[in-house]
Amino acid sequence: MPRVKIARKSTAIDMTAMCDVAFLLLTFFILTATARQPEPLPVDTPASTVTIKQPDTGIGTVTVGHGKVFFGIKDQNVRVKMLENMSSIYKVPFTETEKKRFSLMESFGVPINQLKQIIAMDASQRIKVGQPGIPVDSVGGQASELHQWIYQARIATKQINESDMRVSIKGDQKEEYPTVKKIIDILQAQNLNKFSLITSLRVADKKK
Amino acid sequence: MAELNTGGGGGGHKGGKVRSKKQSTRVDLTAMVDLAFLLITFFMLTTTLAKPQAMDMFMPDKDEKNQEQLKVADNRSLNLLLGSNNKIEYYIGTLENQLTPPTITDYSKDGIRKILLETNKKVIGITGDPSKGVIVLIKPSDKSNYRNLVDILDEMKITDIKQYAISDIFPAEVELLKRDKIYPSN
Repeated sequence: MPRVKIARKSTAIDMTAMCDVAFLLLTFFILTATARQPEPLPVDTPASTVTIKQPDTGIGTVTVGHGKVFFGIKDQNVRVKMLENMSSIYKVPFTETEKKRFSLMESFGVPINQLKQIIAMDASQRIKVGQPGIPVDSVGGQASELHQWIYQARIATKQINESDMRVSIKGDQKEEYPTVKKIIDILQAQNLNKFSLITSLRVADKKK
Repeated sequence: MAELNTGGGGGGHKGGKVRSKKQSTRVDLTAMVDLAFLLITFFMLTTTLAKPQAMDMFMPDKDEKNQEQLKVADNRSLNLLLGSNNKIEYYIGTLENQLTPPTITDYSKDGIRKILLETNKKVIGITGDPSKGVIVLIKPSDKSNYRNLVDILDEMKITDIKQYAISDIFPAEVELLKRDKIYPSN
């Protein structure tokens, strides 16, 4: 009886195409990548159907979440200028190295007298330490610190970029309205009536 | 691949042909693919492809204290009181002259959106001018959260209502919310 010969098939498959696709995607992701900065105050933004993207430059972000308020600016030169202005107002001197380190901080949330300690830490520590937030209440007739930060940031943006700074509010879904109201009041006190609310995308279910 | 194969020269054949051994040109790509996908995964997770959206907001100017209040027909103003627990209480008119009794609704498609669209249609019917639609007054109470505010602003955009404003809630309106149990007093 003749043996039925089963043709031995090779288990190796041609991976060339797969490899091509993989590297194509890899190239795409590398080129489009902008590394995500770890946020010191993670917030869950509410969704909306708005599709206007947030601009990359000339923007100051007030982050609100868990009753705390953080502030950050995109432009590094503006950050330094803002810090210089603030240090002359509050009489808190900063060294050149501290300014340099501050210019690399995405956002912060401490009263200005504690800012030195935060600057001295490294990035992972800053997140771990749990910053208490910038004071939003005005003390004894003086403008609140957040008011000053935003105001000085606007001046610094004007001086360096010769453009107006836009303020956006990035709030947590669960944040209670009074906290947000305080921020809006601070902005309005500076005659800043136009600002943006940062939201994440929701698929529009527009039905009329 | 570039080596000269001289083996098998002493074969049985006379003046034997130099047989070059057929070498496969295939390289094992498994490791390379593995690496590529690993890197893809890494870059995918660290990139922010979806940039956050920015919803523009305009607040009325606060400075001019003696600003002449715009006279608005009562039947055009719809008051939305944002309460706790994702509920809205709404009425048409002013607090003294409520044209509809305060009613509770929610943020769903059949809730507030339907009311906004219907009211807008009704108001346009009354005024007879498509540019004179309903004027919505958004009054967030202290018990509402930020998401409610964004949701309601989003509804304004979806229902295409041009005239709306965020204003402060009156104490009497808070009483309304308390009465309807969407203002917990803890």
